[in-house]
Amino acid sequence: MTEMIYTYDGSFEGFLCCIFDSYANKEVLTAIFRDEDFAPSLFASRWIPTDRDHANRVLRKIVKVSPYTVELLQKGFLTCLPEKEIHLYRLVVKLLREGPGFLRNFSDETLYPVITAVRHLNGEAHLLKGFVRFSDLGGVLGGEIEPKNRVLPLLRSHFCARYQNERFFLYDRTHKEALFYAAGKAVIRPLEDFQMAPPDQAEANYRILWKRFYDTIAIKERYNPRCRMTNMPKRYWGTMTEFQDERYFTVPDSPAAAPAPAVPDGRSAPGKLPGPGPSGPGSAL
Amino acid sequence: MDVLEKLTILTDAAKYDAACTSSGGDRTAKKGYIGNTSSSVAGCCHTFSADGRCVTLLKVLLTNNCVYDCKYCINRRSNDTRRAAFTPEELADLTIQFYRRNYIEGLFLSSGVFRSPDYTTELMIRALRLLREQYRFNGYIHAKAIPGTSPELVEQLGFLADRLSVNIELPSEAGLKTLAPDKTKQAILAPMGQIRVRNQQSREELVKYRHAPKFAPAGQSTQLIVGATQDTDFHILRLTQGLYDRYRLKRVFYSAYVPVVEHALLPSKDVKPPLLREHRLYQADWLLRFYGFRAEELLDEAHQDFDPRVDPKCSWALAHLDFFPVEVNTADYETLLRVPGVGVTSARRILTARRAGRLRIESLPKLGVVMKRAQYFLTASGKVADGLRFTPDSLLRGLIAAEQPSLPQPPMEQLSLFDPA
Repeated sequence: MTEMIYTYDGSFEGFLCCIFDSYANKEVLTAIFRDEDFAPSLFASRWIPTDRDHANRVLRKIVKVSPYTVELLQKGFLTCLPEKEIHLYRLVVKLLREGPGFLRNFSDETLYPVITAVRHLNGEAHLLKGFVRFSDLGGVLGGEIEPKNRVLPLLRSHFCARYQNERFFLYDRTHKEALFYAAGKAVIRPLEDFQMAPPDQAEANYRILWKRFYDTIAIKERYNPRCRMTNMPKRYWGTMTEFQDERYFTVPDSPAAAPAPAVPDGRSAPGKLPGPGPSGPGSAL
Repeated sequence: MDVLEKLTILTDAAKYDAACTSSGGDRTAKKGYIGNTSSSVAGCCHTFSADGRCVTLLKVLLTNNCVYDCKYCINRRSNDTRRAAFTPEELADLTIQFYRRNYIEGLFLSSGVFRSPDYTTELMIRALRLLREQYRFNGYIHAKAIPGTSPELVEQLGFLADRLSVNIELPSEAGLKTLAPDKTKQAILAPMGQIRVRNQQSREELVKYRHAPKFAPAGQSTQLIVGATQDTDFHILRLTQGLYDRYRLKRVFYSAYVPVVEHALLPSKDVKPPLLREHRLYQADWLLRFYGFRAEELLDEAHQDFDPRVDPKCSWALAHLDFFPVEVNTADYETLLRVPGVGVTSARRILTARRAGRLRIESLPKLGVVMKRAQYFLTASGKVADGLRFTPDSLLRGLIAAEQPSLPQPPMEQLSLFDPA
């Protein structure tokens, strides 16, 4: 058994081929890199071509031993765990050597980093099911997110079921890919650059309504920013309607057309608005 | 009056209702309809307001006109506040458009009592029917059943909504009499009983006929105001337990009373809402629903209120030190659940993990056990955590210190060197 570093093309199949080849070549892997992350070093390395047959053979073997591990591999591959490939590789090696018994033990040292990363992924996907904000762009719904993990595959079924009769897209800024859905078909495609179109009058109005609802629903006497931040970390705020600045609520052509939200316009209920307090638009970000 | 203004007034009037959940529904998407209900057990929070509460539904009143004069309520007849009412079309349009943009999970419709409970409920039914049938909304709807509504109308409401709720508001009849003279205990409990029975029947019908209409499939909930009356925690918790047992409620919500009005019978306006008390009640509520505790174990005639210093579970553990320590490798699920710092998830993980081998104390944090509380009450293979020594007195201090950082802190105060007092 010699030690070796593998590099591959970055696809899930490519990763499975790394596992295949490590067994075929009787090599123990110390690291697995995607092509673009690989910096040549003094240690021996090998580039692994992606072969669908090899990938399927690995997958079939793992399914036979433990179907649960396949889910862990697929989800683990989407996480932002640093050097996720080597962690997943070690999980497979341990599984094939010892059988699936250790998978019961959450605190197992090989399983723990993977399962924690997968929980992080699941948690982020769950939060984003709520925190995603769409805009109506002439009949097509469009939204942007900035997640740490690649959550789009996990969000796909949720949003496709919910907006069955709509057309929508969801752009992932971090991983530069987008989920497109129309007429019952959904695809995830890489997308290098994306700029959201400015709102039209109707869209701007609904944004204002939502912002006003958000500012009004809070009870002043219970103001608790720490609790809010615990439940909804600030890194999500960047893509959420209620935390955008004034420009987000105005139509670019006629800047005076829409009044700024949550600023009492004199006609509103006296003393009922939260006012330019801590939840005012300017102070949020 | 434009929609923005109406929305402001009617949201402001609805915000003191604590209930805001989208759980319990599992309706899939329907062709030609918009939306479904979240498949997640915990529901789906779409944002959190500045007070840290989850916002999942568009929570508004249909109208804040009210013929009742409940002393604690911002919408009471005698209060000089601006009044508004949504038309069914406005409400349906808002719901649909917010839903499409993923702002909300659905609608929470409540209302002030306009003319009479029956008339108001008819208005609500008309609005919900328009939303469901014409606007083809298939998402979550939570509707308020107003005490005193006739059973036929509650019946209709139940087929339009996913969840119904009847608010008890004041935990005792004496409180109702003084503060909400227009409501009676009987009027509140009657629709609750009806909803329970109808919900049960609907489930049985569904077994026989696959397409039987569903009556309030996500069950019912209620809300109690804490701190407006003199009722003790023990009284409130026993009432809660009774509601869970007898009326099969999904949730009981507690709302710390926010003084919105100066009245001789109510706490004065500069009294802070009893948030810690509300927090302790929620903790106890979870113990009732998921941990197999009974109200009588947590409090009794001699101890009517919760200890503000430690949570109810720690409090129970401190009073039952003979129950501990618990051995994680052999204890059953119910026993594990009684250990402070062990929750439903970590108890399940302990059960599965110990089938793979004996557990050691170091692996417990990885299973999700909160050691700063649990260490005093657990052994693993007969061993306690390294270097742990404590007396009953330092145990209490340790538990208080363990929870301290997660509680809201009192604001910092500049001390004066020359105190005039």
